[in-house]
Amino acid sequence: MKHPLWRCAVFVAALLPPPVWLYQAWIFALGPDPGKVLLERLGQGSLILLLLTLSLTPLQRATHWSGWGQVRRQFGLWCFAYACLHLLAYLVFVLGLDFAQLGTELQKRPYILVGALAWCSLLPLALTSNRFSMRRLGRRWKQLHRLVYATLGLALLHMLWIVRSDIGQWLLYCTWALLLLALRLPRPGRRLGRRAGGAP
Amino acid sequence: KLPDTRWQAVEAPGEALTPFQDASHYNNFYEFGPDKGDPAANAGRLPTEPWSVWIDGEVGKPGQYALEDLVRPHALEERIYRLRCVEAWSMVIPWLGFPLAELLKRAEPTGNARYVAFETLVDPEHMPGQRSRFALLDWPYREGLRLDEAMHPLTVLAVGMYGRVLPNQNGAPLRLVVPWKYGFKSIKSIVRISLTERQPYTSWQSRAPEEYGFYANVNPAVDHPRWSQKRERRLPGSLFSPNLRDTLPFNGYAQEVAGLYAGMDLTKDY
Repeated sequence: MKHPLWRCAVFVAALLPPPVWLYQAWIFALGPDPGKVLLERLGQGSLILLLLTLSLTPLQRATHWSGWGQVRRQFGLWCFAYACLHLLAYLVFVLGLDFAQLGTELQKRPYILVGALAWCSLLPLALTSNRFSMRRLGRRWKQLHRLVYATLGLALLHMLWIVRSDIGQWLLYCTWALLLLALRLPRPGRRLGRRAGGAP
Repeated sequence: KLPDTRWQAVEAPGEALTPFQDASHYNNFYEFGPDKGDPAANAGRLPTEPWSVWIDGEVGKPGQYALEDLVRPHALEERIYRLRCVEAWSMVIPWLGFPLAELLKRAEPTGNARYVAFETLVDPEHMPGQRSRFALLDWPYREGLRLDEAMHPLTVLAVGMYGRVLPNQNGAPLRLVVPWKYGFKSIKSIVRISLTERQPYTSWQSRAPEEYGFYANVNPAVDHPRWSQKRERRLPGSLFSPNLRDTLPFNGYAQEVAGLYAGMDLTKDY
């Protein structure tokens, strides 16, 4: 395996925030509503990790450093891990583990439903993130993993629906996502690849 | 003024006060930014002296009044009220203030007055949220009450809390407190009070009418379209006790105020 230090650094950087936040909540450094703060940080963390995951391929194409691609699976799995913790925080701190209420919320609140769909769309991707599944699924693996673009759209919609008064931050993530999609459009992507490929 | 204050004029039996630190560092005051910590971080620079308030519309004595002249005739009272935010969290806060009704009576409402409209200061230089190009609210922030709601003895204008002057992030120097309505009705840093014949324009209602009604009475039976209002998180909470509890109709003040809405369908007039 190449770049062991780099992979290790990514692993530690992604692992650290949740325990640090938990510790902050423990010492009352997150204010009077720590559950809500954890919920929001985990959700935003998950979205950022998703955007980072999708940034790696364009980065590799532009810089020709194989380290980017080496951590793509890791980033994807971290995104899923944060999404799971986000879901858990919602169940504990917002619903108070009232599962009857969960049914009502899913029926009545589109943003909860959209968030749940986003999580569900990540699940098969996480489950097939291994060599065995890649071999088993063959060409269909790539098709399946295109689902990540649906996840991205659902996650952004989920966040937009929660915003109450200022959409600056959401616009930032949205711009990032649109940029990533634009880089994947056949034309500029190919051009970028060709130009990079032609370099000495 | 404080020697004349009637301490604990209204109490909240069985309720623990939210610590001052939490009540002054967890605020929605979008003029100072979208995050809960933004008001405490940014509001300190707002000059609140001198301050004056316009009182106009359907009143016998319209005019621009200095804050001191508005407050001086009133004995301050301490009112310990539950505060229920529309975002499903709540606090218990000891306000210092006086009934809005007394101030309105001194302004001599005319026979045409049926509503009261309020406006918050516009000061982009000191209010960074008003400079944001991504804010979804338009300024000034506006709120309103029906005249009988405004005249209700529970409705107060506050100038302090926890026995001291209001921190800027809590709406200094003068704010409204209407304990049976969602927090956004209790407008902060008031510069204008107008008595009107028609129901006034209010900021949140015009921003999202299906989410925020004119009345905005605390009501566990009417959900916000995006979240449930059945329960609330009483702050401060901690990881091990999120402190979830059932929300009460009219935030627990039904006995005093339910009569104001006799005959109304509160699922329609939410």
